[in-house]
Amino acid sequence: MSQTAVRPNRAGALPTPVLFGAVGVVIAAVTLELVPRLGVVSAIYLPPTSTIARALVEQVQRPEFWLALRDTLVTWGIGLAIAVVAGIVAGVVIGTVPGLRAATASTIEFLRPIPSVALIPLAVLLYGSGIRATLMLVIYASFWQMLVQVLHGIVDVDPVARDTARSYRLSAAAQIRYLIWPTALPYVVTGIRLAASVALILTITGELIIGTPGLGRQIAVSMESNSVPPMYALVVVTGLLGLVANQLFRAIERQVLAWHPSQRRELSEAVSGL
Amino acid sequence: MTAVLRRTALVLGLPVVLFVVWWFASAGSTDFYRPPLRRILAAFQETWIGERLVEDVAPSLVRLLVGYALAVVAGIVLGVAIGSTRWLRALLEPILEFLRATPPTVLVPVVMLLAGIGNEMKVIVIVSGAIWPVLLNTAEGVRSIDEVLSDTCRSYRIGGLARLRHLVLRSASPQIMTGARQALAIAIILMVISEMFAASNGLGFTVVQFQRSFQIAEMWSGVLLLGLIGVALSLAFRVVDRVVLRWYHGLRAVERQPR
Repeated sequence: MSQTAVRPNRAGALPTPVLFGAVGVVIAAVTLELVPRLGVVSAIYLPPTSTIARALVEQVQRPEFWLALRDTLVTWGIGLAIAVVAGIVAGVVIGTVPGLRAATASTIEFLRPIPSVALIPLAVLLYGSGIRATLMLVIYASFWQMLVQVLHGIVDVDPVARDTARSYRLSAAAQIRYLIWPTALPYVVTGIRLAASVALILTITGELIIGTPGLGRQIAVSMESNSVPPMYALVVVTGLLGLVANQLFRAIERQVLAWHPSQRRELSEAVSGL
Repeated sequence: MTAVLRRTALVLGLPVVLFVVWWFASAGSTDFYRPPLRRILAAFQETWIGERLVEDVAPSLVRLLVGYALAVVAGIVLGVAIGSTRWLRALLEPILEFLRATPPTVLVPVVMLLAGIGNEMKVIVIVSGAIWPVLLNTAEGVRSIDEVLSDTCRSYRIGGLARLRHLVLRSASPQIMTGARQALAIAIILMVISEMFAASNGLGFTVVQFQRSFQIAEMWSGVLLLGLIGVALSLAFRVVDRVVLRWYHGLRAVERQPR
């Protein structure tokens, strides 16, 4: 890529940002090791990094940990899949049927900002602490992310291309396939990435508060039984899970949209960026 | 005139229909868990208009606004510092990515350990979850300042506060507002969750109390109130956004016009 050459780097190039990042991680780990050891914060409440690392290794050897991880992944996956499909279907219907978009706009604007956690008492009442209670939160929260992206995507259709399709009398199905789908695809993929991260947050939250089996419940259980290092270890695991999910969906986005101009631009920005 | 009527009908049509459907569909409901809407609205008035407004709703909102304001200010300050310092950004990038990816609600038990279960804990929880979108978006906005503008500033020897105010914050403001919008949603979630986890007052606490004591209509009214607060805050945010980014929206509108 010639991009790096195009933008000369005045502030002094950092040839190895990865190295810098690694140094940053080490500094943070050492600081968190020293803060409790020097007694700035009680080691009971904030265990040193080494203790947390040991607890993490211990967790990884326990079958309960893997069962909890599996439960979390299952709830997350089911919730995300339902929200994505529902969001695409609803988005295409609302976006393509004339008049429907204007009629639903105010309702969508009203329902979307309702915080999904407000539904927790309702979910518990209707479904107890089972997976369905958490699924309700996950689907509610991620559905809107998806729907809004799909609607943006459908509006984005090039007017000239639309008129051309109309002139050639493309059928409704052909219009969706050759006109709307390619235009909306980048939005759909972005929607899936956003929905995935929202769905993960709500999955863990539901487990934490409602007690649906999974990593979140394990965190609540370790807190109640006062086993602090395992609790921190599990918090780290949820962060890593979020990180892996982010990277995964970004990679999928790049793969699916390699042909799309927005990706090429973003790629060149990423190169000339950090 | 007809245009105005038509728009009003479009905006209000579906909500009115949904309300009427809910009202009549639930009117004869004997399902214990799904009381008639009439009962819920009556419970809403009895429950929330009066003492509870001061005792539960006000503390929640104060904690939310204090936490949110702190998160936005701290996020902007740190974001500007990180965005304009290349080595600092490289150093912190993996850590920030990790912190952003961590589901904010798992911080509730952690902060509870470190800060007890008082008001401070809830404010810290809100700050510690809501700061990341502001910080990361600000850093990104500061990083991508237009180079020509930046060079012009340098040529005219505009530095210090003037540069910060007219160049850095102004250029980054669209991204800052995007981050602030995401942060608001997270802050509301954390307000509710921190109260559900451990509290003696507040909205989240009260709603869960209703649910545990099977005061079903009261609980529904609490869910309704939480929803209304979410909607009201998002409307308020939109007003602020319009004012702060008036120049930006104007610019975009001009750019979008056919050439």
